[in-house]
Amino acid sequence: MSVKVYDLGHARAGDKGNTSNISVTAYDERAWNILREQLTAERVMHAYSEIAKGPVTRYELPKLRALNFVIENALGGGVTVSLAQDMHGKSLSFLMLTIDLHGQS
Amino acid sequence: MQTRKKKFVSSPKSSIRVGTGAGFSDDRIEPAVDLAERGKLDYLVFECLAERTIARETLTRLKDPERGYTPYLVERFQAVLPACTKNGIRIVTNMGAANPLGAARAVRREAKALGIADLPVAVVTGDDVADIVRRNPHLPLMENGEPVESLLPRMASANAYLGADVIRDALATGAPVVMTGRVADPSLFLGTMLHGLGWRYDDYPRLAVGTLAGHLMECAAQVTGGCFIDPGKKDCDDAVNIGFPYADIQEDGSLVLGKLEDSGGRLDVMTCTEQVLYEMHDPTSYITPDCILDITDVEFAQDSRHRVRASGAKARPRTPTYKVVVGYHDGYIGEGEVGYAGPNAVARAKLAEKIVRERLRRRGFTYPEIRVDYIGMSSLHGMGEGRPEPYEVRLRIAARSPDRKAALAVGFEVRTLHVNGPSGGGGGSNAIREVLAVKSILIPRELVRTSVTVEGAR
Repeated sequence: MSVKVYDLGHARAGDKGNTSNISVTAYDERAWNILREQLTAERVMHAYSEIAKGPVTRYELPKLRALNFVIENALGGGVTVSLAQDMHGKSLSFLMLTIDLHGQS
Repeated sequence: MQTRKKKFVSSPKSSIRVGTGAGFSDDRIEPAVDLAERGKLDYLVFECLAERTIARETLTRLKDPERGYTPYLVERFQAVLPACTKNGIRIVTNMGAANPLGAARAVRREAKALGIADLPVAVVTGDDVADIVRRNPHLPLMENGEPVESLLPRMASANAYLGADVIRDALATGAPVVMTGRVADPSLFLGTMLHGLGWRYDDYPRLAVGTLAGHLMECAAQVTGGCFIDPGKKDCDDAVNIGFPYADIQEDGSLVLGKLEDSGGRLDVMTCTEQVLYEMHDPTSYITPDCILDITDVEFAQDSRHRVRASGAKARPRTPTYKVVVGYHDGYIGEGEVGYAGPNAVARAKLAEKIVRERLRRRGFTYPEIRVDYIGMSSLHGMGEGRPEPYEVRLRIAARSPDRKAALAVGFEVRTLHVNGPSGGGGGSNAIREVLAVKSILIPRELVRTSVTVEGAR
């Protein structure tokens, strides 16, 4: 049974230069185990491949039950020069939430 | 002014309350007024400088030497000065942007108009390091390692992110208002703690707490329910009236975030967790001018409905350098938009794109980068797989060029589609803007000379 990241946690995107960071915070322990196991840097790179060149680095914050993904070369050269409408990449957190994972860890 | 002077020059307290007045230059104004009136604050901090704001304001100042501070400075001070004066709240802000002295004078004029005859403003300068950068063209850009030299002919500004020590020194003058240019966002907040709680600048456990507090509060509503709501999934009370946060910080380093009981939004473990990771890369190493913050062991606990306790921040000693943002001219971006709806809307938009590209080519224009968005389909997350065609779509074409004429032509050729393009194209718009790009370098601290002066009677 597949489950979307949307049902496991919440996300926020931040920008620095041409790098986007997107955090995913699990709603509970069960969701945290699924996210930690399956939401890998590779999985995230694949989901963002149309937008970002990468690389993607993943950091774990077990005390917050959160993952932090740092996605490089993601913002069209950077907020100040980007041709995109969403030059900060604020909307990119919701792309993370569309990723499908398996419901069992 | 004697009474004020007495009130503001005081020995360190055991606890202070610091509120956020703004989280960016165009932020809402009412929440700061609410906090000033009813928040029982000691300090109100306005963070108003995005990366390129100073570059933009440097250009404004070239045209008018009195200006070059952030937009809405006058409106913000008009709104909060009465309550801040009445309640003895000191204001700290980087609204000075490219002209902290001019900003201080503008604030004093507004104060006078409000009946405050002589409002002293402490002005921090020294963040403008353009001359130092020109003398050190070998310094490498953090983005690509190349020497900064190549940007010098096009450089518009270069400002160092100063630390909390300058805020502490400015507050020590006793002036009710501290006006700065570039200071790191969390440092604006930490500085109030160095001064108000008498923390030492090498007391890293406490610098960690103050930096964490500043990091959580610097984006204002982003920790109190802003940038958070997803209806039906993550809701909050009274989203119209989202309040800004304050923090209660004890001398011993305990930290509780709060918001006004009657303000909207929410402040809980979820909002704090999202915000602590906002613009965070490696969570063990969040570098500020004051310390290297490690949030790996940070935890949040709900103290009461509108209050969250934060603990577990750690810090390592600061680096020997300041980060400098170099703003430089980087040509123009031209863009245009037009909308299509109903049967075959996407096909008509795609034909319109083809026509514009070809008309630009025939006029002899080429562009280093062209971006085409189908708004409603692909403008935010790309095309994706198996996405259905929408009922309506808005075509957007944007391109970059060093040549202003070429950039202008983009919007022009989109605009002419109304009459010269596919059927039913409506609501055309076009725009052009000058690009101020930014890159970063690190410069040795010893090259930077900061100073604090007070505008007004002391």
